[in-house]
Amino acid sequence: MFFWIIQRDLLLAVRRRSDVLTTLFFFVIVVSLFPLSVGPEMNLLRIMAPGVVWVAALLASMLSLGRLFSSDYLDGTLEQMLLSPQSLSILVLGKALAHWLVTGVPLVLMAPVLGIQYDLPADALFVLVLSLLLGTPVLSLIGAIGAALTLGLRGGGVLVSLLVLPLYIPVLIFGAGAVEANMAGISYDAHLSLLGAFLLVSLVFAPWAIASSLRVSME
Amino acid sequence: MLQGINLTCVRGDRRLFKEVNFILEAGGLMQVHGPNGSGKTSLLRMLCGLSHPAMGEITWCGTSIRVLGGEYFANLTYIGHLSGTKDDLTVLENLRISSALAGVRISERQASDALTHMGLNGREFLPAKVLSQGQRRRVALARLLVCKTKLWILDEPLAALDVMAVQLIQELLEQHLAEKGLVVMTTHQEIDVTAVSKVHLRLV
Repeated sequence: MFFWIIQRDLLLAVRRRSDVLTTLFFFVIVVSLFPLSVGPEMNLLRIMAPGVVWVAALLASMLSLGRLFSSDYLDGTLEQMLLSPQSLSILVLGKALAHWLVTGVPLVLMAPVLGIQYDLPADALFVLVLSLLLGTPVLSLIGAIGAALTLGLRGGGVLVSLLVLPLYIPVLIFGAGAVEANMAGISYDAHLSLLGAFLLVSLVFAPWAIASSLRVSME
Repeated sequence: MLQGINLTCVRGDRRLFKEVNFILEAGGLMQVHGPNGSGKTSLLRMLCGLSHPAMGEITWCGTSIRVLGGEYFANLTYIGHLSGTKDDLTVLENLRISSALAGVRISERQASDALTHMGLNGREFLPAKVLSQGQRRRVALARLLVCKTKLWILDEPLAALDVMAVQLIQELLEQHLAEKGLVVMTTHQEIDVTAVSKVHLRLV
């Protein structure tokens, strides 16, 4: 069941490539604007890099949250999901995972290329990828809670950012912090361990929270 | 089998209906009548467990459906106003995925047989977005053929269907009722289905 839903969402993403590309291009453009506006000051860019990449990843991941449940809601598929004899938590975990595969993974893959614009050393790029790899699934899981809560509301897009962005802050701090620690020459293990812990906690609790929010929103 | 006890539905400040009682036994058909806005869809969504009654209880085989949860859903097929078809998927993919969601895995062969039965042969590989309203409805109704559930809850199943399709649905309902299935439906069209027991529920 879990794999069915992932397969379905990936198939839908393939049929609607523009949605995926919008998120990726948003990320690329936002990250590239900074070096252009600040100018070629290597030291400044290197300091800014982790923060800028992470903030852009946050915004890009949020950009696609609106579509996570709304299309299923509008065509009635979500009703059928709620009436499925399978556990709704497993279903939404599948949907959140598919969301990450479609929006998170491309960001992770693109990040090292964009990092070069900021003159990041190779090991810092490696840590950046690692931190994004651990952090972006958390963004999808937390974001899905917000998307489920604001489902069917007018102006849901604004509301979802107000709800979700504050919850993204810990991920942002430790994600960007890992890269900064690496560049400062200190160990980044603690940052990554914390990101891993966020991931595990949200893997356990987010599906349950998403499922409950969906039931409330659909009533 | 399916029983509603003192059901009351409140939407905002308005009370749509109160103290609705019914019992539906195996092989029984319940038709819900009432003017637009009288709460027919709300009642049907309640019977599915999608929303909860403000007062009263719904039981399936003597146990509250809130307690049964997934066990109840395994016995239920709901076809609402929205057909639940994805525009970007083909007709065949739509049927296979919607039945997988309902917990029934079907092969491509079974799916295309069901679609042929619903008069959609030759359209299996078209994306659902090119279908007409009536054809979308047929795709949704094809789920009834592949998911062998006991209780069917159908909200305006005949909307947008042509005469041939209405005839087809009528036969499908009769066969299901003869096999001791239960049907709850709303319709504004006249439909003549023979059933062991018929309940007419009128909402005002």
